[in-house]
Amino acid sequence: MDFLVANGTAVLFYLFAVITVGSAIAVITMRNPMYSAISLLVCFLSMAALFLLRHAEFIAVVQVFVYGGGIMVLFLFVIMLVNLHKLKEMRLFGVQWPMAVILAILLIGLIVVVVMSVSFGPPNPYPEQLVDVDGEALGNSEAVGWHLYREYLLPFEIASIFLLVAMIGAVVLARKE
Amino acid sequence: MEIATTHYLVLSGILFVIGLVGIVTRRNMIIVLMSIELVLNSVNLNLVAFSYQMSDLTGQVMAVFTIAVAAGEAAVGLGILVAFYRLHSSIDLEQATELRG
Amino acid sequence: MKQLLWIVPLLPLLGSLLNGVVLWKRIPKKAVAIIACGTVGLSCLIGIGAIAGYMASPEYAAHEPFEQILYLWVPAGPLALSDGSVSNFEVEVGFLLDPLSAVMLFMVTFVGFWIHVYSIGYMSQDASFQRFFVYMNLFMGAMLLLILGNNFLVLFVGWEGVGLCSYLLIGFWFTEEFPPYAGRKAFIVNRIGDAGFLMGLFALATTFGTLNYRKIFDRIAVDPAVVETTLVLGLSVAAFVAISLFIGAMGKSAQIPLYVWLPDAMAGPTPVSALIHAATMVTAGVYMVVRANVIYQLAPSVSEVVAVIGAITAIFAATIGLAQTDIKKVLAYSTVSQLGYMFLAAGVGAYSVAIFHLFTHAFFKGLMFLGSGSVIHGMSGEQDMRKMGGLRKVMPTTYKTFLVGTLAISGVPGFAGFFSKDQILTAAFDGHRWLWLVGLTTAGLTACYMFRLLFLTFWGDFRGTEQQWEHVHESPSVMTTPLIVLAIGAVFSGWIGIPRVGHWDWNWFGHFLAPVTETIGGHGGEHHLSVGVELILMTLSVAVAGFGIFVAWKTYGGNQGLAGGQRWAERFPLVYRVLVNKYWVDEFYDATIVRGTWASARALFRFDTGFIDGFLVMGTRNLTVLSAYISGFFDKYVVDGLVNLVGWIFETGSKFFRRLQTGLVSQYALVMAVGMFVLVLFYVVVAIRG
Repeated sequence: MDFLVANGTAVLFYLFAVITVGSAIAVITMRNPMYSAISLLVCFLSMAALFLLRHAEFIAVVQVFVYGGGIMVLFLFVIMLVNLHKLKEMRLFGVQWPMAVILAILLIGLIVVVVMSVSFGPPNPYPEQLVDVDGEALGNSEAVGWHLYREYLLPFEIASIFLLVAMIGAVVLARKE
Repeated sequence: MEIATTHYLVLSGILFVIGLVGIVTRRNMIIVLMSIELVLNSVNLNLVAFSYQMSDLTGQVMAVFTIAVAAGEAAVGLGILVAFYRLHSSIDLEQATELRG
Repeated sequence: MKQLLWIVPLLPLLGSLLNGVVLWKRIPKKAVAIIACGTVGLSCLIGIGAIAGYMASPEYAAHEPFEQILYLWVPAGPLALSDGSVSNFEVEVGFLLDPLSAVMLFMVTFVGFWIHVYSIGYMSQDASFQRFFVYMNLFMGAMLLLILGNNFLVLFVGWEGVGLCSYLLIGFWFTEEFPPYAGRKAFIVNRIGDAGFLMGLFALATTFGTLNYRKIFDRIAVDPAVVETTLVLGLSVAAFVAISLFIGAMGKSAQIPLYVWLPDAMAGPTPVSALIHAATMVTAGVYMVVRANVIYQLAPSVSEVVAVIGAITAIFAATIGLAQTDIKKVLAYSTVSQLGYMFLAAGVGAYSVAIFHLFTHAFFKGLMFLGSGSVIHGMSGEQDMRKMGGLRKVMPTTYKTFLVGTLAISGVPGFAGFFSKDQILTAAFDGHRWLWLVGLTTAGLTACYMFRLLFLTFWGDFRGTEQQWEHVHESPSVMTTPLIVLAIGAVFSGWIGIPRVGHWDWNWFGHFLAPVTETIGGHGGEHHLSVGVELILMTLSVAVAGFGIFVAWKTYGGNQGLAGGQRWAERFPLVYRVLVNKYWVDEFYDATIVRGTWASARALFRFDTGFIDGFLVMGTRNLTVLSAYISGFFDKYVVDGLVNLVGWIFETGSKFFRRLQTGLVSQYALVMAVGMFVLVLFYVVVAIRG
């Protein structure tokens, strides 16, 4: 118990990290796309937890809402829409998977090397800036909201237009002629 | 032990690579789209880690936008998939050879 | 008046142009005749006026000629002379009026005019009336150019021009077979002579740098050595020029060996024979020799040759004349013979005597040709004397004028021929006894064959057909008037040149020509014989002539007709055969030169077609085809190959690169990933290094 209390953050981190990685691997290796979708959902949820560990509450919640509640539902609808009778006969991976694996190993090697060679300073134990707005401690969501509507108003508006366009595009693409 | 930013970065890298392998390798188009979401998520993780490290909300704001874009892109991608399915009655990526030549 | 000299040759040429081009086949015969005779007559009058003007001018008083230059014709530029210097060679078109050309001018235009008038009558029934006068006028123009020219080149232009007209007029009736042949023969034989003539001109040009008479002769008078330098073959310049020019004269004036064309030239109409082949063209050679007398005086060996050839030709032709039966052929050989006399005179240095004989000959020979034409006209075209006879009863005027001409040519005293022929013989005697003897003999032969002709034609009984006798008539006055005029000339033309006998010097003609013939000490006919010798010679020539007439009268006179001649033929059959066949000269030429030329022409033709056409031309063709083939090959394989290579590169390359476009999206994604990885690696490495 003491161990848990003393290293709570680390334990939680590793726990959710394993879940994330495992479900990610499950996503790309499952035959049944339904299973992959569920795995992806699990992945998203554990990532939300990871976000929380870094005091990014707003992001964590948005992750669950948007990804879990929106995108995965969308995926599930499409999976159900598509008829998948011949699933068993299909080869899972494309011809170039050895190449991809090699690339993957190289790439992760590169990333690890680079990341390890950088020494970051200690993170802020309680990052005030993450909750601060004009000297007032409001909370992460409010802080992000204030930032969105002040410094990042333009990208916000553009993002909304983007979503509109994406919606129209999706409707047009998926229309029945 | 302390969970440093480095851990998050490595994790993000691993997720990125897994997603990349999924994009490049899988024949099922839906899985490919899901792998793309995975990649985008790994980026989010990276952003958040750095936001915490540097005590700057900019990272989180960027993550918000990333999520928005990922959502839009997923919608359009699935729309293309549906259209493709209508045409070919299949979601096998190796049958999408219109670009062949 | 002498300024109008240039009109004299121009008028007949203008007449020829009018009749021949502008008014061709558009005007009646009367108009043609008026134009033709009018231009010649006008030329005659203007010529006489020019001569009169010249004789009243100071140039004449100073024994200088009158020169009228029209324009610069050949501005040729620098010419390298034989002595090394460089002279500016130019030739003008200009006319020279001096005693010599004055005599020639008067004779040519006067006699020419009356012959033109005669032709109106003679050619009146001919369909080509207009063409005849075109050619006749053209001839007059060319002849006048010849005698009036002030340099050798203008003379040569006239020389060739009269040769051309001679050809055109001999072959006038070209639809028949013989006339064109005769015309060609005349032209070709002339051409042979002209080759020599041109050699002479070249020698003159390269020695003096000019062809102008005055410049050349004045230069020789001042510096005779210029023509005494050796030119070629051991001949001096003078000798070379003299012999070359004489070769041209041999052709033009029908001397041995180039006389063969003249008898055949009788195929042309009789006025042509009268004008061209008696009075004018054939005398051009004599004129030329006399014009260049300065050169001949400085080439004594050549002058000797001239005299000898003249003498031999004279006797040769006279012997042939004895046996001819065609009235015109007799006259033709007579002309050759008389021309021989003229060259004999020129050869011994008696230049003015040669011209004097030329002058009188024009009258009596022209007269006799026209008379023979009258006879032929009356006999409806018959020319064979064996078919004539007794015509003096029906053609009195023709007979009487012909008689005058015959007396003149025979050298009967009082008539023109006596004075001129006698002077020739006298001049020959003074230094060339053998030539004198030949000339004397020829005189006798001349009298003989001429009276033979007279007796056969006009005396005795008529030997022709009934039809001909019915038709025979005297010619119209348009034809008899010229006969009468020329007959008067045949008598009185001699009186102006009476030779000097002792102190009695009536020789106006000789003195008139002295400035031309005595420029460097030539004696122009003056000789150093005593009066007595002269009288003896005169008597001898008269006696010989009388003997000839006697023989002819004995043989052909009275009513004997042909019987007398036949007796002679039986007595000397071989001689007769030789004479009748004209010594077979024509046959000899035909066998050697003519056939030789044909053979070489054929051989050259074979060479041309075989080698030149066959080998060279075809060879070139084959070469061209071959090179075209090679070039085509090159083009097809090399050039096209290169082009195809480029295409092949692209095709193969694109085939290769096409395999990249698999269409597999995953593959594209992999490639993108790899690329991205490389980029990142690159940046990392750079960052590490930096």
